[in-house]
Amino acid sequence: MGAYFSEIFRGLQSLATGLGITFKEFFKPVVTVPYPFETIKMSERYRGHIELIESEEGTPKCVACGMCQRACPSGCISLASKSVEYEVEVKGEVKTKKRKVLTKYNLNFTTCSLCGQCVESCNFNAITFSKEYNLASGRKEDFHFDLLNRLEERNS
Amino acid sequence: MSGPIHIQPGETFTLNVGPQHPATHGVLRVKMEMDGEYIVKAETVLGYIHRMHELMGENRTYPQVLPNLSRLDYLGALGYTHGHVLAVERAAGIEVPERAEYIRAITVELNRVASHLFWFGAFVMDLGGFTPLMYAIEDREYILDMLEAVTGSRLTYCYYRFGGLYNDIDDEFVDRARAFIPRMRKSLKKYDALVTGNIIFRKRLDGIGPISAEMCRKYGATGPVARGAGIDFDVRKNEPYSVYPEFDFDVPVYDECDSLARYNVRMDEMEQSLRIIEQGLDKLPDGPIMPKKKPKLIKPPAGDYYQAVETARGSFGIRIVSDGTKNAYRFKLRSPTYSNMSLFDEACEGMMIMDALALMGSLDLVIPEIDR
Repeated sequence: MGAYFSEIFRGLQSLATGLGITFKEFFKPVVTVPYPFETIKMSERYRGHIELIESEEGTPKCVACGMCQRACPSGCISLASKSVEYEVEVKGEVKTKKRKVLTKYNLNFTTCSLCGQCVESCNFNAITFSKEYNLASGRKEDFHFDLLNRLEERNS
Repeated sequence: MSGPIHIQPGETFTLNVGPQHPATHGVLRVKMEMDGEYIVKAETVLGYIHRMHELMGENRTYPQVLPNLSRLDYLGALGYTHGHVLAVERAAGIEVPERAEYIRAITVELNRVASHLFWFGAFVMDLGGFTPLMYAIEDREYILDMLEAVTGSRLTYCYYRFGGLYNDIDDEFVDRARAFIPRMRKSLKKYDALVTGNIIFRKRLDGIGPISAEMCRKYGATGPVARGAGIDFDVRKNEPYSVYPEFDFDVPVYDECDSLARYNVRMDEMEQSLRIIEQGLDKLPDGPIMPKKKPKLIKPPAGDYYQAVETARGSFGIRIVSDGTKNAYRFKLRSPTYSNMSLFDEACEGMMIMDALALMGSLDLVIPEIDR
């Protein structure tokens, strides 16, 4: 009989302790943010989809070497380039040289796993992570980014 | 349809729990043969989220497999990537700077606390208590924010590289980690008073869901499940790797073999992880995070390599058989949850279904890791 009552007493005690803790939480500051009206600033190293970096002239720094394409585990980067001839003066002589210019840089974000190996493999510091995270769509074509186009849009 | 079905006394029926059931925490299906509320026989059915990570490990070059490992277990991803980089470093003979190893240990332990916190919340929710989940998530959010600021992602980290890390930690991370330790200790006291001391909680777990040491050995169960059955086995102590021999920490072991023992092991483990983080931050050396000499193309010499690590769920082993090319010949993952789950069929025989679900919760199953 004594055990029966002591169990009831202990039960009530644990109930009171639990309610006391939850009651204290009422007066703690709110930790959540009302999302669409207020957003949290993404941290410096946040990894969004990749973005091309431009040089001072406003053209992409990318030299179309294709290292990122080769490093990518899921093959979501595809790029194309064309050869452009340009003249350069070496020791008083005018010579024509060739160089690759980026014509297309497509990212298929649906298969990207944000491992960062493209950024790491780039020797020319030409790509970086964007801070974009508000990406939601019902169409998968919305995640096929034309990064060269995005760069031009940013400049214009 | 012609009226309700009447079950005769002594007749059993089949109940499907899952593959889409909140108590299974993922796409695990359990076929249960029931006699009323008692389980006669249970059979776990797998394969709903199989993604062929092992085959991908054989088709891709070594660095390209890096993001795959964090997709195994989304709650404690860093432990798995740690095992992978250690295995490849052992195979290719890459030296790791000390600072990188310390940062790895700190982040892995933070991730372990985050994983146990989420398990704690989900486990109490399985038993019918919703509020502790909210408190656990609040603390876990602190860790995720901290890890996001240094790794760039919140769950599926791809932070470790062969030989070191992707980027170094900053002072802000160190300050936040230091501030986290007392905060978490306070929270652990709160959880103890709120949940561990709760009489309903104790009555649902105490002495229920027995998993003996013998059964653990039979199925190869590791981690908190084995430590809750009195087996003193922790890879960090028994086969030390990385910088763990330099830390002073205990391995909590409980002999009761019931669901409450497994709960207690995980709660104590959080405290031990905090101790490791504290010591790691104190001892953190200066220096580079990547070795000076690192092979450009990773081609381990032909051979068979194995590395085991202690993740939040148990002992995770990775075996790499190399034939000297840039792809692995065989890439085998030994995942702890697979073994831990295998004993569920035998352990839950003759139990009531509510107790069996509490037992399943105490195993801490993460389904993508079972199926790989």
